[in-house]
Amino acid sequence: MTGEDTKHLPLEDLHNAASARFGAFAGWSMPLTYPAGVMKEHLHTREHAGLFDISHMQLFDVSGPGATGLLNRACPLDAGALEISQSKYTFLLNEAAGIIDDLIVTRLGDQRFMVVANAGNAVEDEKHLGTLAGDFDAKVEPLDRVFLAIQGPDAWAALSRAGIETGSLLFMHGVEPRQNWFMSRSGYTGEDGFEIGLPEADARDLVAKLLQDERVQWIGLAARDSLRLEAGLCLHGQDLTPEIDPASAGLMWAIPQDVRASGTFIGADALRSILERGPAQKRVGLKPDGRQPVRAGAALVDADGNPAGHVTSGGFGPSTGHPVAMGYINTALAKPGTRLFADVRGTKIPIDVAPLPFTKHRYRKG
Amino acid sequence: MANTYFTEDHEWLRVEGGIATVGITDYAQEQLGDLVFVELPEIGRKLAKGDTAVVVESVKAASDVYAPVDGEIIEANTSLSADPSLVNSAATGDGWLWKMKLSNTSQLDSLMDEAAYKAHIG
Repeated sequence: MTGEDTKHLPLEDLHNAASARFGAFAGWSMPLTYPAGVMKEHLHTREHAGLFDISHMQLFDVSGPGATGLLNRACPLDAGALEISQSKYTFLLNEAAGIIDDLIVTRLGDQRFMVVANAGNAVEDEKHLGTLAGDFDAKVEPLDRVFLAIQGPDAWAALSRAGIETGSLLFMHGVEPRQNWFMSRSGYTGEDGFEIGLPEADARDLVAKLLQDERVQWIGLAARDSLRLEAGLCLHGQDLTPEIDPASAGLMWAIPQDVRASGTFIGADALRSILERGPAQKRVGLKPDGRQPVRAGAALVDADGNPAGHVTSGGFGPSTGHPVAMGYINTALAKPGTRLFADVRGTKIPIDVAPLPFTKHRYRKG
Repeated sequence: MANTYFTEDHEWLRVEGGIATVGITDYAQEQLGDLVFVELPEIGRKLAKGDTAVVVESVKAASDVYAPVDGEIIEANTSLSADPSLVNSAATGDGWLWKMKLSNTSQLDSLMDEAAYKAHIG
């Protein structure tokens, strides 16, 4: 299952000790499930606190007098308008405004930012940012860190018991609480939670403390996927690709008005012309009728059998108790309630356009 | 008197009077994880060995279950429509998938008995 180029998590021995079942994802051997299984892991995260090893993701330190200029060029962002410790969800765009990767950028100083990128795109992101950095007085440095997410309503209390005070940190803010640590109040489950990048030795210590708390359990990548899908969050490589722009993806909320109007980011012209004529397709939530999941790749047709779009993520929502999906459909059909049909192995499954998220976000915003 | 057979694809068959009850093994359900949907076969469908008879869907993925021998579907376990997790909790009992009338009982000779299957999964 895992070739010799497969990358291994620094804490793999801990996942083995927890009897994880591993699988390949974005070039990494990742824990998919633990003995509790995806259903219980998912529900545990929504009810208590789930601990995720997301060290496959890449942290970049972007610094220098030109750091703001570099980020404003690479992303549809006003990096200089971010307050210290403020985070922003944004993208690396290509000239056609296609999404090379989706990122979280946090301002850590006047001339310093933390960028968190997806595992599968880390190499390309580094190359892309590194090339652009030549035009600016800025440095892009990939960091060697263990990266943990702790998510769920008990996350803050479990961290507190483990000696990590999260205090007044609010959703989409990040700080450096210790040497070589980066901690943000964020995540990809729709729940309150934190993501912490830290050196391996510190991570082993923190994990040991957290797992002493009965509210905390290891959660695998399978539940991470069902949690983010219920929360309506995109997975790059499925719901977002270099062929998809932020307007089609319904992610224009991530781009400030003045940046849309006058930003000089890569892809700005292309994005403006897409906005002017309107995107041909839009990302929507999809709720299959009945219990049968409709998965990525399924073709969608309208009531008359005309092609309507396709599914990009789909599975079962353990918290909703029914199948959930997302996909791209022709803009004219992109209204909640529109009945479509998905082709699943030759059977037409009724599927309705549904508002996202499927489960309410419970972020701590203040 | 029923005889139980196993396949390399992790199915079990309980054969009595030319009728086989078919399900997946405990090992298979554990590999698949929590099932959320079972697409049951139509009664009367004729299957050749290796045809897809049933699709079981976990939270994450859909997997085919193949006909282990030739035959005709005579019953599907409709209680799985309401509770697919029976396959997880009772893979070799209430979580059976379908019953088929065998058309070539000599195919049973190439299947494994329980001891051989246990050795197969290690």
